[in-house]
Amino acid sequence: MAGAVFGMLLLFVFINFGSLPIKSEVSHLDGEQTFSTSKVSTEEVHQNQVPDTSYHHHRETFQDEERADPAELWTSPESRSQQYETPLVESQVEEGGQSEAPATRNGLAESGQPPKVNDRFQEELVIRPLLSGDVYSSFQFRTSWDTDLLNKQKKVSHFRLFPKSLGQVISKFSIRELHISFTQGFWRTQQWGPPFLPAPPGVELWVWFEHTVQDVDTSWKELTSVLSGIFCASLNFIDSTNTIQPSASFKPLGVANVTDQRFLRYAVLPREVVCTENLTPWKKLLPCESKAGLAVLLKSEKLFHSSFHSQAVHIQPICQDLQCKKTSWELRQTLSIVFDLHATGQSKREWSLFKMFSRTLTEPCPLASTSKVYVDITETPKGDDMIEVAPAVTLQMHAVVLGDRRKYMVYDLMTPEPYGSLRSLNILLKWKLQDSEEMLPPILHAERYVGGYGLQTGEIHTLIYNNHPFRAFPILLMESVPWYLRLYIHTLSVISKGRENKPSYIHYRPSKDRQYPHLLEMLVQLPPNSITKVTVQFERALLKWTEYPPDPNHGFYVSSSVLSAQVPSAVALDANHTTEGPLFTNLFPIMEESSYFMRVYTEPLLVNLPTPDFSMPYNVICLTCTVVAVGYGSLYNLLTRTFQVEEPSAGLAKRIANVIRRLRGVPPL
Amino acid sequence: MPAIFHYISQNTRGERLPPAEMAASLVLVLLIAVTVRAVLFRSSLAEIIAERVEVVSPLNGWKRVVEGLALLDLGVSPYSGDVFHETPLVIYLFHFVIDYSEIVFMIADAITAVALYLAVQDYNKIVFRKQKYTLEAGRYPLDVVELLRTPKEMMYIPIKVAVFYLLNPFTVLSCVAKSTCGLNNAITALFILCTIKGSALLSAIFLALATYQSLYPFTLFAPALLYQLQRQFIPISIHSPRFWIFTSQYGSMYLGSLVVITCLSFFLLSSWDFVTSVYGFILSVPDLTPNIGLFWYFFAEMFEHFRPFFICVFQINVVFYTIPLSVKLKEHPIFLMFMQIAVISIFKSYPTVGDISLYMAFLPLWHHLYRFLRNIFLVSIVLIACSVLFPVLWHLWIYAGSANSNFYYAITLAFNVGQILLVSDYFYAYLRREHHLIHGLYLKKKDGTEETLILK
Repeated sequence: MAGAVFGMLLLFVFINFGSLPIKSEVSHLDGEQTFSTSKVSTEEVHQNQVPDTSYHHHRETFQDEERADPAELWTSPESRSQQYETPLVESQVEEGGQSEAPATRNGLAESGQPPKVNDRFQEELVIRPLLSGDVYSSFQFRTSWDTDLLNKQKKVSHFRLFPKSLGQVISKFSIRELHISFTQGFWRTQQWGPPFLPAPPGVELWVWFEHTVQDVDTSWKELTSVLSGIFCASLNFIDSTNTIQPSASFKPLGVANVTDQRFLRYAVLPREVVCTENLTPWKKLLPCESKAGLAVLLKSEKLFHSSFHSQAVHIQPICQDLQCKKTSWELRQTLSIVFDLHATGQSKREWSLFKMFSRTLTEPCPLASTSKVYVDITETPKGDDMIEVAPAVTLQMHAVVLGDRRKYMVYDLMTPEPYGSLRSLNILLKWKLQDSEEMLPPILHAERYVGGYGLQTGEIHTLIYNNHPFRAFPILLMESVPWYLRLYIHTLSVISKGRENKPSYIHYRPSKDRQYPHLLEMLVQLPPNSITKVTVQFERALLKWTEYPPDPNHGFYVSSSVLSAQVPSAVALDANHTTEGPLFTNLFPIMEESSYFMRVYTEPLLVNLPTPDFSMPYNVICLTCTVVAVGYGSLYNLLTRTFQVEEPSAGLAKRIANVIRRLRGVPPL
Repeated sequence: MPAIFHYISQNTRGERLPPAEMAASLVLVLLIAVTVRAVLFRSSLAEIIAERVEVVSPLNGWKRVVEGLALLDLGVSPYSGDVFHETPLVIYLFHFVIDYSEIVFMIADAITAVALYLAVQDYNKIVFRKQKYTLEAGRYPLDVVELLRTPKEMMYIPIKVAVFYLLNPFTVLSCVAKSTCGLNNAITALFILCTIKGSALLSAIFLALATYQSLYPFTLFAPALLYQLQRQFIPISIHSPRFWIFTSQYGSMYLGSLVVITCLSFFLLSSWDFVTSVYGFILSVPDLTPNIGLFWYFFAEMFEHFRPFFICVFQINVVFYTIPLSVKLKEHPIFLMFMQIAVISIFKSYPTVGDISLYMAFLPLWHHLYRFLRNIFLVSIVLIACSVLFPVLWHLWIYAGSANSNFYYAITLAFNVGQILLVSDYFYAYLRREHHLIHGLYLKKKDGTEETLILK
């Protein structure tokens, strides 16, 4: 009877087991489709087309493969005569002063080189005064080299401009792309607007390996150790517990047709402090180091006296020509600083290169093919001039940067003009407005905090703002949470405008204790003019006492979550500007202007965990073992002994007396 | 001798409640229990209880079951992470009844209570019959009259067991928190029922299920085997072929069902991940979330290179007592079963109050040992005080921040000492009663003064 019942049960279960919806991998979801373009970088999206020229219209800047290297244009004299140039930071340029004659280059760069040069170096600095009175300066140094570093047969051994240490790393580990950033401080999108190159606080490293790499994890481990040596940073703390493989958020920025996430590794060390020892090796990678050119400004005593400091290295393959038959390697070194008005103890809203960097510019780097300084002289939202710049130069340009029309004053350091009679360039910025003016809110920004109280559970709240008045757009949110905060994915809620906003794509990899972290990626559609709140609950784990850092009650950092989005640009909003161009150009909004790719990093979180008492491991071991011994002892006692009638033992005096009596030969008592 | 017969015959004729009335009282108890649970489920307390570390462990928390189902819905294997540690059959069960989970847990508690009720009823009959035969054979000393069990006293034991299980605050908390410990208890109770009813196959199947659910119950194989041997009057001797035949029969039934259940789980999810995620998790204790057991703080404070050694020591400690206890209690398999369940629930790696409630349900069954218990008052006070102090010290550590982990740890130590003393006290009392049943109750010394019994 019982057997029959059990058999029935078996049968029933066997019939039904197929109905459990287990899938090993989520492959093609809507989200991925939508985000196939997300690999387009900030720079690429901003190869803006100038509306009144048909020349650039055929260029599909959304395709990586067809990306032309703007530097190509610079080397040939024909392209010099073109009015359109591409500065390093962003986009296509419309020069204000067209009559400028091509100036003689600074000696070395042209005459000292053999005729066939296959590497180039460019440097530039963008200074953007902020409404708050702070100044944002962004350096960018670009080295590109037409060579194949990955060719195993023909090893490249002669390095000219490209740093040898990085070149060897690329060929040793078969790297397709490498992006590393060191950041001190948090970029305040709400006050400062979007940065040219976003970076999370601490160290961020992400690498695409070649698909020929067999053991990606070993290569990754070795690479982080090598990089920690090169950059003097604690990158060796990157291990499997903080490495993730994002499925959609980090696509290759350069030429690539492999987008299999197995070859991607991403890690953030939010606790890493960035300081001089990281800056020095970074500067050493420059062809002129900090001896000449813009890099003379990079003096650590000033750079680290700022409210935001971010330095980065990006290595990626780019196309050599329009057909993209061959690729060249591009190294971009960027450094962004925000100098704080109040922290530097200034009362007046006046900045100069000397005040910021305690240096002035006297010459470009002799190895550079271009060397420029851009100063943002865009008017305030109200239309007033915000700053006064001295010395003023005639060369101006307009560009659409991060969805916003900007106006720049351009100092070409290759020409003698900017240096003036003093033979040195000290750009002076003087604010015309004395009060801080409210900035237009950025279209996309996000903030994050931990909710709840106590050390048992908690909630991560992420608030995502879409400030666009009428356009909804999707964003890709990526959270990487360490294993000791155990996420409960069933508590995930996404609420926009008081209503549930179900993500159309969720990629979730739960954590494994002491092995790998949680990875949560989701595609959320942000309704126009809305705040979307993403909440997920977690539980705080109690760790082993040796797993806590030396200051356990300081808390544990959770790296920034990453938002990647095609943001509709503010330019498309602006009715005044669109009416300026010819009418035929703007019936349909041009793609590059109507939206741009943006990455937003939220604040890293600091979470407290319950701690054991670190001072008493011995006591705990002793006490617990005692309790176990009490259990063992009492059971052992009962198991091995039997009940017996107690024989009253004789007293001491009686025993002694008996001994004496025995000696005397008298019967005992 | 006539005095004993007189005593017994007087008491056997005592008023006996008809079975219908007993059943009615059982139904009443069930109704009260269900009402209490239903009220708590509806109150705001349910959420607080479900978060208590004393009530839910990483192994059996309801939140984790829901998480496992959510992971399944996302197309991720629930065992790929370290949140879900239930067995595949549990997730399969709740895949269908997730919306009726409260009812499922109430039913599980009811099943446990009814199964224990029936089992204890049956067991009592057997105990009484055995006592009667011994008595009739005249093998009891004259002065043990007051130690003998009477039907009147035994009549209320089954219903007391049901009450002890259903209305025990620990069980209620465990049920309201929807800890899957309730399901494990139901399986164990059914196993006990089948064993006592003498159905070897069902007993083996339920034992396999219990093992599959929480691993440790495999030590219950010994008492179940001993009980069934005794029931079939098979001598427990290695020279007896019948002993070996039955042992191998029962053993193969047990192992066979275990293999079938495990393979079934494999086919449910087409992977063996659950083995490491469930049993590996139980054995290697990676999750150090505080609970009422001894493991968490010990291994949080352990030196890393001693960790494997002490893991082995602590895990062996759970199963170590099986063989000596079986030898010592081979005539008393049900008491052995009680001892085993108690030892498991004290020394297991992730204990919860639900585990304790199962062995506490047996305490009315040993009601007759009460006169031999040495420190039951002290132990009860310790257990009650600790139960109250658990939430208090947890609050001081986790929320108020005015205490540290040592406070909570100290309470777990005291609580476990209390449990150990309780169990060893019952063990002592049981052995002592057996001793008296053979040697007489009032032993006199040669000089006529009263003897004192000691363990030697």
